[in-house]
Amino acid sequence: MPESSTQPAIQLKGISKIFNAGTDKEVRALEAIDLDIQPGQFISLIGPSGCGKSTLLRVIGDLIESTAGETKVFGKPAHQARLDRDYGMAFQKAGLFGWRTVAANIELPLELMGWDKTARKAKSAEMLDLVKLSDFGKHRPWQLSGGMQQRVAIARALSFSPQLLLMDEPFGALDEMTREHMQLELLRIHRETGTTVVFVTHSIPEAAFLSDRVVVLSPRPGRVHSVIEVDYGPGDRSDETRQMPEFFKKTTEVREALRAVEVAAGETL
Amino acid sequence: MTSLASRLGSVWPPLVTGALILGVWEALVAGLGIQEFVLPKPSSIVQAVGTEWEGLRTAGIETGTIAVTGLILGVVGGLILALVVTRFGWLSDSLTPMAVAVNATPIIALAPIFNAWFGLTDDRSNQAVVVAVVFFPVFINTAKGLSSVDPDQIELMRSLAASERTILTRVRIPSAVPFFVTSLRLAAPLSVIAAIVAEYFGGPTNRLGPFITQNASFARYDNAWAAIVIASAIGLALFAVALLIERLAAPWRDGPTEG
Repeated sequence: MPESSTQPAIQLKGISKIFNAGTDKEVRALEAIDLDIQPGQFISLIGPSGCGKSTLLRVIGDLIESTAGETKVFGKPAHQARLDRDYGMAFQKAGLFGWRTVAANIELPLELMGWDKTARKAKSAEMLDLVKLSDFGKHRPWQLSGGMQQRVAIARALSFSPQLLLMDEPFGALDEMTREHMQLELLRIHRETGTTVVFVTHSIPEAAFLSDRVVVLSPRPGRVHSVIEVDYGPGDRSDETRQMPEFFKKTTEVREALRAVEVAAGETL
Repeated sequence: MTSLASRLGSVWPPLVTGALILGVWEALVAGLGIQEFVLPKPSSIVQAVGTEWEGLRTAGIETGTIAVTGLILGVVGGLILALVVTRFGWLSDSLTPMAVAVNATPIIALAPIFNAWFGLTDDRSNQAVVVAVVFFPVFINTAKGLSSVDPDQIELMRSLAASERTILTRVRIPSAVPFFVTSLRLAAPLSVIAAIVAEYFGGPTNRLGPFITQNASFARYDNAWAAIVIASAIGLALFAVALLIERLAAPWRDGPTEG
């Protein structure tokens, strides 16, 4: 994708985050992060545990306030973007509400936004179609498998058509086959909706398969080590993509970047 | 939803066992020639329920009213305090450990104190014992339910710009419902126990507690047992109501819990 001159979906300037500042439990989680994310892009944040990738995601979502720096989402301060409900969020655990049916879980954001019942029903039916769970609207979350629950969580995050999706290791708890299937589903949804995605993962092949750009973070404090551009040419990514030499090349590139990061972190210890 | 057949199926075994125990009891008392004042036969107890019915009915209604009103007051009080302390975190930090400690003490021992506070013949003396016994388990369980919410769910709500109030009504309160109804199931039979024990310490005589003590002192153990049967029936009835509320209020609990 050529660099467009339009306004970035996300602009991070000099983001730092220090937890428990001034105490002996002080943790420098993020330091001087600069990053622009273009609309419609799929970005992965990858790095060793403790590199602050989840913290960075929460700074973008205004769930954690950065100690220094400026976060803009669609040109607005992150706080305003959260109040405007500009993004949807999905976590490693589906986090569905057991007292609600699957359809009612998907409708929750719409309820908070004051949609009327008819519109909510229509939208949840549409979303159930999108995640291929049309027959499960009236089920309770616990009646669904882990992969299906995660699809419901994604449908909930997308129900109000946000232009941005923030995902924190959403497939981390799934088995490998389900995970690969979910990756294809997510790419399809990403294509169909044109949503910008920021995706936290610690899986190298996952990052290489899904992303337009892989942002490799170094640990303690989290810094941007490198940004790897990924392009497998025209056509949609599919299971065949995973067999392409270019895919192996990209996973190797990401792996080497992560190794470099860990070696560097080891030296500072 | 479990089918009617399987529900009936789970009702039969305890009923059969219960009938069997009563049969053995009856046979042993008769066969071994045990004196009725030591252990009356079940049939004598049933007979006593019949002959003493007028007195038992009045006493049952009196005691039942004390238990139910005390139960309601204690439950509502525990519920309200749980909501208040959850809204203000610092209150929860200071009050909850204290409540847990108080709950571990024999609150029922306060009965003579309440008699002194409210007056021996005042209904509030015995009601206060019921309230005190019921209040703590309801408060502790409900407060726990309100605060032990999946942090991801709170973050999700915040990401949707939900206010604290919305998080309380949409997430915390529904999450706490199973905890609350469980405490209700614990509290319901406790209320009858508390009422009767409180009545042992004195007060109006037309109640189940004095009915038991007076008949026992005249060696009318069949009558005393008849009153115990009535007390048990009230306790079971309240338990059944609590169980029904639990089923209706938290049907999603039929499934395995998440995680």
